Amino acid sequence: MGSGPGGLQLSYSLARSGVPHAVISADPSAGGMFRRWPFFQRLLSWTKPFAPEERGSRYYERYDWNSLLGDEDRLRAIQPGLMDGTSYFPARAEMEENLATFAREAGLQVRYGCRWTGTRRDGQGFILETTDGEYRCRVPVFAFGMAEPWKPSIPGIEAVPHYADTRAPETYAGKRIFIIGKEVSAFELANGFLPWAKQIVLGSPRPVALSVVTKSLVGVRARYVQPYEDHILGGGVMLVNATIEEVTRTAEGYRVRTTRSDGGGPLVFEVDDVIATTGFTPPLGDLRTLGAQTSGRTHIPALTPLFESIGLPDAYMAGTVTQGAPGLKKHGMPGSSGAVHGHRYNARILARHLAQKYFGIDPARPQLKQDEVLPYLLAEVTRAPELWHQKSYLSRTILVDAARGIIDDGILPLQLFVDSDGPDGVAVAVEANPAGDIYPAVYVRKDNAVTEHLLPTDPLLDFSTAEHRKQLADALKPLGL
Amino acid sequence: MASTPADLIDTLSGISLFADVGAAELNSIAHYVDERRFADGERIIRQGITGSAFSLILEGEASIRLDGKDYGTLGRGDFFGEVSVLLGVPPVADIVAARNLRCAIIAGPALEAFMLAHPTVMFRMLKAEARKLQRATSWRT
Repeated sequence: MGSGPGGLQLSYSLARSGVPHAVISADPSAGGMFRRWPFFQRLLSWTKPFAPEERGSRYYERYDWNSLLGDEDRLRAIQPGLMDGTSYFPARAEMEENLATFAREAGLQVRYGCRWTGTRRDGQGFILETTDGEYRCRVPVFAFGMAEPWKPSIPGIEAVPHYADTRAPETYAGKRIFIIGKEVSAFELANGFLPWAKQIVLGSPRPVALSVVTKSLVGVRARYVQPYEDHILGGGVMLVNATIEEVTRTAEGYRVRTTRSDGGGPLVFEVDDVIATTGFTPPLGDLRTLGAQTSGRTHIPALTPLFESIGLPDAYMAGTVTQGAPGLKKHGMPGSSGAVHGHRYNARILARHLAQKYFGIDPARPQLKQDEVLPYLLAEVTRAPELWHQKSYLSRTILVDAARGIIDDGILPLQLFVDSDGPDGVAVAVEANPAGDIYPAVYVRKDNAVTEHLLPTDPLLDFSTAEHRKQLADALKPLGL
Repeated sequence: MASTPADLIDTLSGISLFADVGAAELNSIAHYVDERRFADGERIIRQGITGSAFSLILEGEASIRLDGKDYGTLGRGDFFGEVSVLLGVPPVADIVAARNLRCAIIAGPALEAFMLAHPTVMFRMLKAEARKLQRATSWRT
């Protein structure tokens, strides 16, 4: 369900796996939320037309966050061919064209304009009620995105427009604007309002976090940091750490009553406009009443490492909501499942899992010779896009099986390897720490006990040095590799 | 049912760790923590694996597991992971979701700032640590 990047990637990957499926979408065409947002037109995720790796190769995906993944040349690296060179952040229309091109060239069949209205259990499967009738399936996969505007329960908030209802920027000319929130979308709007607004206040209980400070994707991305600089230089943008107590309409606009969360007492703002940049929630329909568990204020579905609903077995999620499977989240750093460059790989993994578990489709994995293992793993931690985009989350997994020999088990969730019993083997990942170091991590499973080996970083991020080779070889010794 | 923000604040207000915290501060804390549900059998922190977080049980139960053997059960209001975070060492045991587990989580790198910002919570944590130490050394007396 869904024709955004999550639904399209999964459909393609299911088709490649030989799994029969149908795709429905309430939208009129491919593109998902990119048909409407970000409000200020350009994405946060980059695509570098010119990169250290050859365009169209697997390794190039590390530099192209927006193309979907195809096995055929014509389906690879579509996004850079659609960009006009004015920015390495694609415009919204360029992203939409990227997705539409992939869907068209891959021959994906989507029933557009078909809205899901209800869900029932049907023996071992499900019945999905839609505006075009009922679909009966063994497994439903929901790739509906974080598509519904969400606002917290603050008195008066119902009169406050959401980010999704932001007007054209010129209509804020000379206005005082209070933006509820201090996350990326708040800063996106504030950045866009800088040439127009008289004053901009961003207020929420939590202090601002900047990605360049957290050294991760957590926090406001560098692209939108300008309002922060304006604030610290006293230029007129205010960042206030405060609980929003109440919003009321006044003759001139709005009154926002707050209490500072740093103990500084109450603050009241008289402004012309208020906008709630308080996030989006997935349109879960009746899934929670059927048992699907969710986490947090915005009801992100709680998922297993293979993206199955916790509480609603045999129902799966794809796309941005796969962030509900947070993985190890080492040092508090999330994976990239909330964005295309992360969840496109999750879709491949999910397709493989569904094919294997529900349809008995389980192609033989490639075998490796013993002397191939070390250089292969070093190349993977140095160049594999899956490991670089989904740090501490996805891993290259190799199994040492008495019957089958040394098996390349592919790219899989690291959590699955670390937490599951199974044959002896090794999983390698790329990880980062709060100091900003990026380094390879090696997890060796021997007799169902997992040991972690963190390899050193490298100033040029080359993890195929003699030292890395030596430390990896030492880590692999218990496996006889 | 999953929580609304008000639900999370209500839940936090019933946990002894926050007994000395006023409404505004509790609201702030509710925005600071991440909330997460775990499938039964899922590990929250892992023996010997670095980079883990501080977790506080909001509902459900978790098991303390060392080398595959269970050594006890944790329930609502119990917390874990702080020793590993504060000392910068890997956890010495697994904590495994046993039943309908829902936790409030503070990432390791954020714990120090959280404790310094909320000294009454830190004091309650210290008392809990003292009780653990007392239990661990009770064989001496």
